[in-house]
Amino acid sequence: MVIDERKMASLAEATSREDVAGRSLWANARRRFFQNKAAIFGLCLLIFVVAFALFGNWLAAWNNSDIDYNVMGDRVASAPSFADGHYFGADDLGRDLFARTVQGTQISLLVGVIGTMIAVTVGTLYGAIAGYFGGRIDGFMMRLVDILLAIPYMFVLILLLVIYGRSIGMLFVGVGLISWLEMARIVRGQTLTLKNREYVEAARAIGVPSATIIRRHILPNLVGVVVVFATLLVPLMILTESFISFLGLGVQEPMTSLGALISEGAGTMNYGTLWQLAFPLFFFIITLFGFYFVGDGLRDALDPKER
Amino acid sequence: MKYFATISALALCLSSAAPALAQSDHVPPGTKLAANQTFTYWLQDDLKTLDPDLSTSKDGNDVLQQMFDGLYQQDDHGNLVPAMAKSFEVSDDKLTYTFHLRDENWSNGDPVTAQDFVYAWRRLADPKTASEYAWYIELMQVKNAHDVIQGDKPVTDLGVKALDDHTLQVTLETPIPYFRQMLVLSSTFPVPEKVVEKYGSDWTKPENMVSNGAYTLKSWKIGESIEMTKNDKYWDAANTTLTDLKFIPIQDLNQALTRYQAGELDFVQTPAGQYPRLKKEYPDQAHAPPRSCVYAYRFNVGPNGPEALKDVKVRQALSYAINRNVIIDKILKGGQKPAYSWTHWATAGFKAPNIAYADWTDKERTDKAKELLKEAGYGPDHPLKLRIMYNTSSDHKKIAIAVQQFWKQIGVDATLENFEWKVYLDKLNTQHDFDVARTAWCADYNEASTYLDVNTSWSDQNSGQWKNAEYDKLMKDSKTAADPEADYTKAEQILAQDMPLAPIYAYSLPMLLNAHIKGYPFDNVQLNWYAKNMYRTAQ
Amino acid sequence: MIVYILKRLAIAIPTLLVLIVASFMLMHAAPGGPFTSERQVPPEVLANLNAKYGLDQPLWRQIVTYLWGIIAHFDFGPSFTYKDRSVNDIIAQGFPVTLTYGFLSFIAAVLVGVSLGVTAAIKRNTLLDYIAVGISIGAQVLPNFVMAPILVLIFTLTLHWLPGGGWSFDDPRFWIMPVVALSTSYMASIARITRSSMLEVLSSNHIRTARAKGLPSRKIILRHALKPALLPVISYLGPAFVSMITGSVIVDVYFTTGGIGKSFVDSALNRDYAVMMGITILLGTLTIFFNLVVDIIYGWIDPKIRY
Repeated sequence: MVIDERKMASLAEATSREDVAGRSLWANARRRFFQNKAAIFGLCLLIFVVAFALFGNWLAAWNNSDIDYNVMGDRVASAPSFADGHYFGADDLGRDLFARTVQGTQISLLVGVIGTMIAVTVGTLYGAIAGYFGGRIDGFMMRLVDILLAIPYMFVLILLLVIYGRSIGMLFVGVGLISWLEMARIVRGQTLTLKNREYVEAARAIGVPSATIIRRHILPNLVGVVVVFATLLVPLMILTESFISFLGLGVQEPMTSLGALISEGAGTMNYGTLWQLAFPLFFFIITLFGFYFVGDGLRDALDPKER
Repeated sequence: MKYFATISALALCLSSAAPALAQSDHVPPGTKLAANQTFTYWLQDDLKTLDPDLSTSKDGNDVLQQMFDGLYQQDDHGNLVPAMAKSFEVSDDKLTYTFHLRDENWSNGDPVTAQDFVYAWRRLADPKTASEYAWYIELMQVKNAHDVIQGDKPVTDLGVKALDDHTLQVTLETPIPYFRQMLVLSSTFPVPEKVVEKYGSDWTKPENMVSNGAYTLKSWKIGESIEMTKNDKYWDAANTTLTDLKFIPIQDLNQALTRYQAGELDFVQTPAGQYPRLKKEYPDQAHAPPRSCVYAYRFNVGPNGPEALKDVKVRQALSYAINRNVIIDKILKGGQKPAYSWTHWATAGFKAPNIAYADWTDKERTDKAKELLKEAGYGPDHPLKLRIMYNTSSDHKKIAIAVQQFWKQIGVDATLENFEWKVYLDKLNTQHDFDVARTAWCADYNEASTYLDVNTSWSDQNSGQWKNAEYDKLMKDSKTAADPEADYTKAEQILAQDMPLAPIYAYSLPMLLNAHIKGYPFDNVQLNWYAKNMYRTAQ
Repeated sequence: MIVYILKRLAIAIPTLLVLIVASFMLMHAAPGGPFTSERQVPPEVLANLNAKYGLDQPLWRQIVTYLWGIIAHFDFGPSFTYKDRSVNDIIAQGFPVTLTYGFLSFIAAVLVGVSLGVTAAIKRNTLLDYIAVGISIGAQVLPNFVMAPILVLIFTLTLHWLPGGGWSFDDPRFWIMPVVALSTSYMASIARITRSSMLEVLSSNHIRTARAKGLPSRKIILRHALKPALLPVISYLGPAFVSMITGSVIVDVYFTTGGIGKSFVDSALNRDYAVMMGITILLGTLTIFFNLVVDIIYGWIDPKIRY
């Protein structure tokens, strides 16, 4: 999965044109977004997933860590069943898969959203500062980005998790730090255009401090790009987390994530316990689809072009 | 009749192939051998080295003992059989062993001499080699081993010398009854001095490597495979039936099983919980022989451990509360046995003491555990909080989760801490930074002291820093005792009473072995197998 | 142009230095060393080991010695874990494997992805388009550690067509599943990028003019539309190739191909500083090189770009 940088650049341009900026941009975008069937479908999926993660535990008959000794280690008894409260069946240890899927969805969403927030915040600030000040600062900051882009990030993430243990905080920071570079580049490009606008120059002329200008005039114009980028980044983060879980470097038991559940389920899929793969995979896929369609829809709504 | 026709056609084409194969004395007469005498073996991890002096793993030992002949090997029941050592004499004080060596050649044609053993053992101890298994020669009590490893004495002072080309003499510091049993391990194998000196650390590359066993190295691709072919210069080549060996490292047991089912492996360990199903599906291929390793939870009673674990009642309560039957019957399901003693039940000569709680019911154990915990001052208003440490592995994880749940039943609030291997070892052995840690021990030789020595106060492996003067004395005395087994039984009693660790289960090796591979030593509790004693029958 | 290339190469050197020093420090900060082993090594043996591998030296000195070894002799030192192998040996064995299936995956992803994308764009809003888009979205959300066991289940266990793992340079049957598992998600990304940029180009003025002139549509697509439509694909290829190589971890783990992806993860877990550094440097160099190649090709195709 990938975020198409060209489209992002085009979007950035579209949302910061003077003639469309302001209220009408968002009003039009909202109208277009709600006309887009795929985007609405994605939004419904997301609402469903979030509701599942938030309220799923009210429905669960078990919690995510208790072992049900009646079904433990019994392939037939741990199949999905409403009679014993294991709606999604149980895992190898007899723990309720419904409760674990709910909890796994929570973690995956958290990793995705918090990782994205870190990436977007760092990237936006970095890009805005580099673009606004320009000159040597810009040159230095962007060279640094070039250097960092040459680092094999997946490897760094593996190293970080190996070295600092598998705290969930490290996971957030680790996945977050992977993706801020692209954001920084896009934002910088946009800031370069924005800072030559008359109202920015006027503000500078009357001595408004740089921080205030960036906060009041530059950042608001970047909201569109940031929102779209963030929505498209979340599924990437969730995928990254699943890869980390596959390597056994994910969150600590008894907590779990969709990636961890899937990789366990995929390992045992030949043993007749397909539900251990199917349910987590279903939620994983609809979550990714949801973010994906919504992000795509938002972008098309903000930057309507024939494509 | 079509079925019959196929079979006879097969038989026909095989009988024409059969005469070409050597009929060894391991193969019962009348056996139809397969034309293709290969054996593909599964390894969990790839080897770190093929140098016998540097090797540190059980898998490494399995691979190396195909290529090298040490002084002794084991038969199908784990008894010693002579390999390079034709015969031996031991002095009356049991301190000097003299071995008479067989006439054997290296695969490059040079004779194997007593000097090759001297060279190998000195190299193992030499600080310059920096072998992680140098401690083994110290454990063997070879004279001056400790000082040589430390660099305080020259390697020539090591208590091993060649009296002539075929006579090797070893001098010990203190007599140990199981000295010859220790000579089966790959660390004691001879290495070809000339080749090692010529190529340095490159001597184990396929194009350079010279060995004296039934097989020679053909290739080694890290992470992919190790291949060997039959050594025609081997003294017993006429009786060696398998011609090609291949070792494939696959970390994940589920993937390994898939590869086995695809016919790409002849041997694989089955994943936890899958054995009963596979036994039903492949009754002629599934086996679960006992294997000399024990799994346990060790309590940290040292200065870095929690105050609570210094109370013997707490340790007993925690051990009682672990429901070993659930772990074996519902998680592992592969022929393991509940362990209440630290020494594996199948260890040669070992007599387990009567351990009371082994015979209680699960309910009795849990009730007693609750009672003990209450006596120790823990209860709902003052819950006991502990951390359980384990290293990354799906089986360790499952057991840790189960133990956490067992302890929850007696009101203990345990959190799980999963670390990857190196961090886990660092916390366990170096920092002693843990409360309760999963641990396991596998026998280096088939005798109870290999387990019991671990818990002595001077042992490097005593990671919970438990100290018991009586236990130390017993283990010291056992080295020279007429009947060491009595000491071992008493030592086990102390362990069961003082509970520095909670034994959980005695290993088995639940496996699938191709039904056409014959001669695997199921009754050898260390499962030391020698491909030269095995063969492949026709379909 | 040449100045530009030289400039880029000049940046490469500090980049690699940063990479080397940073990963060296990171690695040494980790708890547990290369010689932490299960049977605790007596202090005297440990001291010998550290002396043998130079770990008793101060850190800066180790870094300098290490760098000098690379510069003067192109020697990455001995592996700390594989006692009788040097880092050069390990890379020489694993890298050709990784490179082979990585390259094949790359070709497969580009060929299939571009064809799928172009087809979807031309047959826009037909069943074919929906199928192509469906495949590409589906392929993006299915993690390859789920795909790998499914492939094995079908092609090895059921159909007995392909070996379930291992590697051989002589037998293409060993290549197929690693290539499919590795290339699918990239193929999907390429298809999506191609489709959207093709649509954009097809609606642009010069294509409209060409159509108006009555040129046959096959000719229009091949001669006028494809080249500009591929620009965003090309900018995606550099990072994609590198992340394919780094993403080979799962292929190596699942199919025991013996590539360097697995060696890297193992070296991080085993604290094999030397192998880890060697592979990091190799991949860093590759990343820099491919980004440069892509930029050059980009400039060659798109005359609007100035260096």
